[in-house]
Amino acid sequence: MGDAVEDIEIALLLEAIYQRYHYDFRHYARASIKRRVLQARTQLGFASVSAMQDRLLHDPATLPRLLNYLTVQVSEMFRDPSYFRALREKVIPHLKTYPSLKVWVAGCSNGEELYSLSILFREEGLDQRTLFYATDINPQALKAAEAGVYPLSEIRKFTENHQKAGARTSLSDYYTADYGRAVFDKSLRSQVVFSDHSLVTDAVFAEMHLISCRNVLIYFDRPLQDRALGLFRGSLARKGFLGLGSKESLRFSVHADGFSDYVLEEKIYQRRDA
Amino acid sequence: MRAAAIEAVVIGASAGAVQALLHILPGLPATMSVPILIVVHVPSDRSNALVTLYRDRCRLRVKEAEDKEVVADGTIYFAPSDYHLLVEAERSLALSSDEAVHHSRPAIDVLFETAADAYGPALAAIILTGANQDGADGLRAVAAAGGVAIVQDPATAQVPAMPAAALSACPTAHVMSIDDILSYLVGLAAR
Ligand SMILES: C[S@@+](CC[C@H](N)C(=O)[O-])C[C@H]1O[C@@H](n2cnc3c(N)ncnc32)[C@H](O)[C@@H]1O
Repeated sequence: MGDAVEDIEIALLLEAIYQRYHYDFRHYARASIKRRVLQARTQLGFASVSAMQDRLLHDPATLPRLLNYLTVQVSEMFRDPSYFRALREKVIPHLKTYPSLKVWVAGCSNGEELYSLSILFREEGLDQRTLFYATDINPQALKAAEAGVYPLSEIRKFTENHQKAGARTSLSDYYTADYGRAVFDKSLRSQVVFSDHSLVTDAVFAEMHLISCRNVLIYFDRPLQDRALGLFRGSLARKGFLGLGSKESLRFSVHADGFSDYVLEEKIYQRRDA
Repeated sequence: MRAAAIEAVVIGASAGAVQALLHILPGLPATMSVPILIVVHVPSDRSNALVTLYRDRCRLRVKEAEDKEVVADGTIYFAPSDYHLLVEAERSLALSSDEAVHHSRPAIDVLFETAADAYGPALAAIILTGANQDGADGLRAVAAAGGVAIVQDPATAQVPAMPAAALSACPTAHVMSIDDILSYLVGLAAR
């Protein structure tokens, strides 16, 4: 139901973004993307979604502003501490048997999850042998991830999460406070490759030992989730691990057979080979 | 005017929610087929507490809403903590970790607005006790889509701010006591 004209406008807008700029939101979960398109229309001051589309097609400078609405940049360091604790206790011991490691943080947003993993790997003595890939489709988010600067007001929450994740160090070892901001130590990203990569339109990455992709698939419809999960399956080394968000799962995927449950409550899976 | 048959009920509650829902949910008969979707503001580490609390006290199935699950008849769904609960046009559920709305995630507005979109006039929406503004915009959206808007009488609500805000955003809403709300829902089961 709802406003049928608006639904048409939204479908056309997503098609226009795809044809003009190759960002493909056409198969994102619709109720959520609709809310965000309408929010963009209101806050960017357009009379209608069609008017916004017109501007977008003719003025590429509009795209980054709209991308900030269409993609959701909400994150925390050590979000869901029990996930990071499970990585520490159950996955890391396995990873320690490899001489070199590759870890992919897909949909890294402003970098909170990446720095969490980087700190975890340092605490566990794996940092020297690990190469991280941090990818996202939002260029502004990637830039923020490279900068590693967060409002000091968030540090209390980050610290609490870190502690609950079984911290072996203090979070304050890794940042310096500066004018209301926490600037994270650049050594945490000395072994990180940041890159623009879409789980919808781009191809596999080779031979990962761990892929962490949290709260990204939840925005996709089922077929799109399947595409991304196939991509992950193809990007993992044998016995490699996949970690998803707490409300995401492989349960209904066509790729369910390509993985086995590793820590089911934390949505951590392991690549399975016949 | 003949009202459309109600095909889903959405409920939003905040401070005082647990008691208010204890007056309502256990009283619903097993024959009730209309699904009920509920957002309660709870601290984010109390994830499954609501489902556990009501499951043993209700005759209907009670569960936490899962992403992409098809809305089933005769089921009470609670939004998980820390995720918004949305309804898709094809009447399946979706979760999202979008920004908090009115400092809340899950937010009542998000559920009500998307449910209004999915169900139009076939939706009944109820705002119960609470201390903030969440749900006011959502209730207005439900009414605008032709759905039934109900507000717990602020005078009898444990915390009146939220129903009062909903009522001023949506003055045409029906004002009811908890008992009237229960009777209304039981009436839906009888139809
Ligand atoms: C809600 S954030 C999740 C951040 C972090 N992983 C976490 O769990 O806290 C979702 C991120 O996914 C990114 N994203 C959306 N669509 C994507 C796609 N097709 N490919 C890669 N990343 C995408 C968004 O730009 C955003 O940074």
